Amino acid sequence: MPWNHKPENERKKLKKQDSIPRQIWVFFCSVKLTVYTLVLLAVTSIIGTVVLQNGAPQQYVDLYGKGIYNLIQVFQIGDMYHAWWFLLLLLLLCINITVCSVERLSLIWKTIFPKQLRFNPDRFLKSRTKQTFVVPQDAQKLARSSEAWLNSRVGQVHRQKDENTFLLYSEKGRWTRLGVFVVHASVLLLLAGALIGAVFGFKANVRIDEGGRTNQVFTARTREPVTLDFTIQCNEFEVKFYDTGAPEDFRSNLTIIENGQESFTKDIRVNHPLRYKGINIFQSSYGTATPNAAVVSIVDNVTGRETTQTIRIGETIGLPDDQGYFLLQGFLPHFDFRNNNLGETFFGKVDLANKQGFQIGLPVKFPTFDKMRKGRFAFAVKDFEKRYYTGLQVTKDPGVWYVYAGFILMILGCWVTFFMSHQSFLIAVQPQAGGQVTIHLAGKTNRSARDMKLRLARMAAQLENQLTKG
Amino acid sequence: MNSSLALSSATFIYGLATVFYIGFFAFKKEILARTGFFVLAAGLLLNTAGIGLRWVESYQMGYGRAPFSNMYESLVFFSWTMAMLYIFVELKYREQGFGVFISPLIFLAIAYASFDPGISSRINPLIPALKSNWLIAHVVTCFLGYAGFAVAFGLSIIYFVKPKQPDKGAIASRLPAWELIDELTYQMVVFGFLFLTIGIITGAVWANSAWGKYWSWDPKETWSLITWFVYAIFMHLRLMRGWQGRNLALVSIAGFMAVLFTYFGVNFLLSGLHSYG
Ligand code: HEM
Repeated sequence: MPWNHKPENERKKLKKQDSIPRQIWVFFCSVKLTVYTLVLLAVTSIIGTVVLQNGAPQQYVDLYGKGIYNLIQVFQIGDMYHAWWFLLLLLLLCINITVCSVERLSLIWKTIFPKQLRFNPDRFLKSRTKQTFVVPQDAQKLARSSEAWLNSRVGQVHRQKDENTFLLYSEKGRWTRLGVFVVHASVLLLLAGALIGAVFGFKANVRIDEGGRTNQVFTARTREPVTLDFTIQCNEFEVKFYDTGAPEDFRSNLTIIENGQESFTKDIRVNHPLRYKGINIFQSSYGTATPNAAVVSIVDNVTGRETTQTIRIGETIGLPDDQGYFLLQGFLPHFDFRNNNLGETFFGKVDLANKQGFQIGLPVKFPTFDKMRKGRFAFAVKDFEKRYYTGLQVTKDPGVWYVYAGFILMILGCWVTFFMSHQSFLIAVQPQAGGQVTIHLAGKTNRSARDMKLRLARMAAQLENQLTKG
Repeated sequence: MNSSLALSSATFIYGLATVFYIGFFAFKKEILARTGFFVLAAGLLLNTAGIGLRWVESYQMGYGRAPFSNMYESLVFFSWTMAMLYIFVELKYREQGFGVFISPLIFLAIAYASFDPGISSRINPLIPALKSNWLIAHVVTCFLGYAGFAVAFGLSIIYFVKPKQPDKGAIASRLPAWELIDELTYQMVVFGFLFLTIGIITGAVWANSAWGKYWSWDPKETWSLITWFVYAIFMHLRLMRGWQGRNLALVSIAGFMAVLFTYFGVNFLLSGLHSYG
């Protein structure tokens, strides 16, 4: 087991006479606290995946009953990842990381940045993984070639002469001991970035009809309006489908307007947002906007005559032979008629002379729908100019760069911690009586001892080969 | 040859490898484990071919997309990453016995993909949100991570079938020593942790480029974070006295349960943005 895998041993035991600040410090230092905090975070995180999040009060009452709803409210379980106790757990984790890192860094700082490199030959020569072989050559010469080899394999060599034994020491990767601190610091950076984003940023949505424009968006959580420094205009929205009917691509053509002037125009698609002045604009949804007008045909069942004309929404026209009036009231993208969805449907109001007015629905896909009413006039929508609205997600997150920096540091730190190590090697060239020279190769590492054992065997074979050849 | 033929042959061959490894365990014949290894390698070859062909076929159908985007494809890829990692470990550490705990997982994943009628093997075009290079990075790294945890799980099981000092000649004596299991489990957890970390991060970056949110506490995201926590707990528990051997193995097993829940449970029991593994 590498030396640093038992930091609890290094921790000074609490003594009775320790001051209270010291006791608090030691409490926040402990890895045990880390484990408890992480267990609590893991277990409580499950709640939010099982209990409905951000629902309306009525939904909770329907789902769980009145009593449990009160409990949910007290503990903010309806939005539990932002609940005070959850944030408190994260804060605890941060304090734990900070205190623990400061303590340990101060302990091993001298190990990582030593003023002077020292090594203890005995500790190497007594190690069980030491490799030994014998070469019948001049010790001086062997020491020189061993040094050259060690220099090329590991790095700068430190020499020492002990009676007639040549000791050659070299090491690499001392700095990798910092890796684990980078991992821990990255957690802090990430959470700091998230906090900055939550305080100074927003996530909002807006719908803009084709041809429409706005500079106001509405936050996702509280529906509060946010006014942007510029105006977004949607020129066109387009959706493409595969043969299978599944959507292939959504595209909005947007123009940014600043100080009343068009600044630039750009297409946005899913995965290809528009980023401008710290604001990100994403394609998030779409739908059918209310059209401006429809082409309506009116058949007079008494005379058999058909008239067709374009009517704007909100416009009233006179019916043939002064029989009354027709008002085109509005439009619905989906019309539910006796549990059937009839699709896009216009609505209108008919006021026949001397009779009470009534409302009719004109589903575009079913032009004979109004005929079934069997009135004097049968209305139908022949055509209309279809307009979409585009649903945009508009966000601002000044913390995202801290989060991304945290991501990069976390990956680098983990890589260094898991796959790299501080390795030191010692070669002892020891002349024996009778012209034989014994060579010892030993090594130490702060990580996997098993890897070191395999590595030493490989290195010894290589060194022996090199020395007997040269 | 087409992809579905390659993948059904791979399924069959992985099944065969499992039989060999179980045979080795039951009859203590070295040759069975050796054969099992080569059969498994053959399965991996076909698995690779199947994934490659599926990629080519998606271009022929005009969709042109990486084969990592639905439940079927992710299961096939999961088998691939597990087989790859197991073969690597067996070659590196020259330990054969524990194949009996991994090969069934490799076989089950791909068999489940083929035999569950609820899982479609059709090559469907991608919806717009999935069209991103981050998708490939995200899926590949997540499944490398899961594979590390799967192998760690297989190793952890050994603690419960093999006593610390087994009798000479007993079947259990063929299995790696406790010390080595400890080391290997740790190596696999560390491998899995690194890749799960990258997987979560690439997912976050992708979500940020598609929806403008790097984290939205969607159930799948949350469960992958829970899994990540469990393995972070594993690594920190190892620092404390009294936490090795069976105790620690239990945490690794719990971690793999969290992986399975993240992968399957969330899809079947909870709802969210992720419609596939
Ligand atoms: C989400 C939070 C955390 C993450 C992701 C994390 C991650 C890690 C990782 C990856 C390692 C390396 C493990 C190994 O080498 O096997 C590690 C080691 C360690 N962690 Fe954490 N950690 C977290 C929180 C903490 C906290 C709060 C403490 C405070 C006590 C802590 C203390 C340590 C210590 C003492 C080590 C051993 C360092 C060494 O081997 O030199 N960790 N951590």
